[in-house]
Amino acid sequence: MKKTIKLLDLDCAHCAAKIEDAAKKIDGVTDASVNFLAQKMVLEADDSRIDAVVEEVVKLVKKIEPDVTVKM
Amino acid sequence: MTKKQKKQLNRILAAAALYILASLLGRFTALPALAILAVYLLCYAVIGWDIIWKAISNIMNGQVFDENFLMTVATIGALFLGEYAEGVAVMLFYQVGELFQSYAVSKSRRSISSLMDIRPDYANVLREGEVQEVDPDEVAIGEIIVVKAGERVPLDGVVTEGSSALDTSALTGESLPREVAVGDSVISGCINQTGTLRVEVTKQYAESTVSKILDLVENASNKKSRSEAFITRFARYYTPGVVYAAIALAVLPPILLQQPFSIWVFRALTFLVISCPCALVISVPLSFFGGIGGASKCGVLIKGSNYLEALANTETVVFDKTGTLTKGSFIVSQLYPAEGISAEALLEIAAYAENESNHPISRSIRAAYPGEIDGSRLQNVQEIAGHGVQVTLNGKEVLAGNAKLMARENIPFQPVDEPGTVIYIAEDGRFLGALLIEDEVKPDAAAAIRDLKASGVKKTVMLTGDANAVGQKVAGQLGLDAAYTELLPGDKVEHMERLLAETSETGKLAFVGDGINDAPVLARADIGIAMGGLGSDAAIEAADIVIMTDEPSKIAVAMRISRKTLGIVKQNIVFALGVKFLVLFLGAIGMANMWAAVFADVGVSVIAILNAIRALNVPQSDIIR
Repeated sequence: MKKTIKLLDLDCAHCAAKIEDAAKKIDGVTDASVNFLAQKMVLEADDSRIDAVVEEVVKLVKKIEPDVTVKM
Repeated sequence: MTKKQKKQLNRILAAAALYILASLLGRFTALPALAILAVYLLCYAVIGWDIIWKAISNIMNGQVFDENFLMTVATIGALFLGEYAEGVAVMLFYQVGELFQSYAVSKSRRSISSLMDIRPDYANVLREGEVQEVDPDEVAIGEIIVVKAGERVPLDGVVTEGSSALDTSALTGESLPREVAVGDSVISGCINQTGTLRVEVTKQYAESTVSKILDLVENASNKKSRSEAFITRFARYYTPGVVYAAIALAVLPPILLQQPFSIWVFRALTFLVISCPCALVISVPLSFFGGIGGASKCGVLIKGSNYLEALANTETVVFDKTGTLTKGSFIVSQLYPAEGISAEALLEIAAYAENESNHPISRSIRAAYPGEIDGSRLQNVQEIAGHGVQVTLNGKEVLAGNAKLMARENIPFQPVDEPGTVIYIAEDGRFLGALLIEDEVKPDAAAAIRDLKASGVKKTVMLTGDANAVGQKVAGQLGLDAAYTELLPGDKVEHMERLLAETSETGKLAFVGDGINDAPVLARADIGIAMGGLGSDAAIEAADIVIMTDEPSKIAVAMRISRKTLGIVKQNIVFALGVKFLVLFLGAIGMANMWAAVFADVGVSVIAILNAIRALNVPQSDIIR
């Protein structure tokens, strides 16, 4: 299943790449792509794991770039 | 400027004032060095506290080597070496650069989103006899919406009342307004210019043209190009590489050359300032995004940066004929009246004879006849399957159809040997003449082929299911290199495989079709281009690139945009890396100070971003054709 998440105040392209890399490594994620200019992340994950995945994404974003606010 | 940016600006101004104060105090007063140091440190705290804080919290989260950490080490290192002015200034200029960068990025974000400013805010829906303003999302299929002059059409539908002219330029780049009346379908995203329309909604908002287009363009940069992938990989090695080089530079020469540590540590610190690949990481995707944005201004939707990149290397362009190079609508191109009858009279009789039929050929004959059809003059209309029609017109027996019909009725006739469809007319057993009907070539088709050749396409090919004579004629008229005719859908795929095998390693093959029955070929090509036209879902789904205006000449426009974008990307890569490596080298031999390093970092970023924004600009002549 595909899910789009907004990453507000994503101002650093380097961090965008880091977030993307880290999201790809989450268990259950088949693909993740951060669009720096649209300030969006498109996640593709197993249906059963999607809620857990989103929770982990929120955590890792906080870790990598605390300035960014995650919005569903 | 956003609130955050304004706050940042105020901070920079305050810090700059303190910095000037400190340097003036140092130069013109005899204050103790410690007092001056205190002013510098205050300035450093004002401008750098957040960077230091981020560096610490990132390390706690296991993120080392990020730019905050590196800036912190570089500037604190400079302070420890006694270079107060330089250490503080580096932090100050780093923040100025960051602000500039964030401003440039948000400005280009805005200009790109204004480009896609086709999202309708509300819909006026007619419910229980009243007009209610609701979110377009909440309107169901079958409801009636009211679109007043000056408003944006919020949903796809069919006009049930009123007539108007629609401005479709936001969707197609076409400047000529489109006339609509009752029964015509309208597309969301257009602006209603003159009259009030009532429209029956045929698609939900999520399925409507406008949301499909927005979705497509916004997600286009998710499909990354090779250059973007290269930059991401490069960034992963560049930063650690520079940091290790800095450590080596700080430690090895002093030991090997027996020189004081302070000189080499200072040189190593300049390395750290240059270690962020930001200039590339931001500007490369920004260029592609801008290129995609610029193309959509011209009515060309590109589904991913990778396709924009591939387009620059197009070597072969394969065209479908009907609907792509030709209009797919028939016109009467030639009249051959027999002796004793005028061309006008022949056309009139033909138009009457074909009046009842709905075949495209018959409709083209009626469309060619300028007068009105008086139905009372017609009787006994009979279709003769595979041959034509027989009618009684003004009491006379009229036959209209192909050569077989004439032969069957034993009417001596003058055959027309031209590619296209020929309709022969006879009246009471006497041959009156013939009409030649052809599929009309699009007005810009010949120019499109010329443009493609001029922009470096080596081979243009046409694949068509149409008759050989017709196909070859069109191919000759347009100057195509090859035409393969009378193909079944399966044959098209076979030809495609062969052409793909013939293209060179780096060259790309693009297929241009109308997206309706060439989906397998569209999918097989390196780049599938659909002359979708508005509202054709099939085309938008199947292709990598959609040309909204139905003009084949837009392919060359898209290629030009692609080349320009790639050019900008290359300039940025060469410029940014060139400056960075030059300053790294000069820094290592002690010829570049921290000021140069700051320029190599943020200065280069800002210049690269400004250059990247150029990708968004397309010549006016390409927008409106």
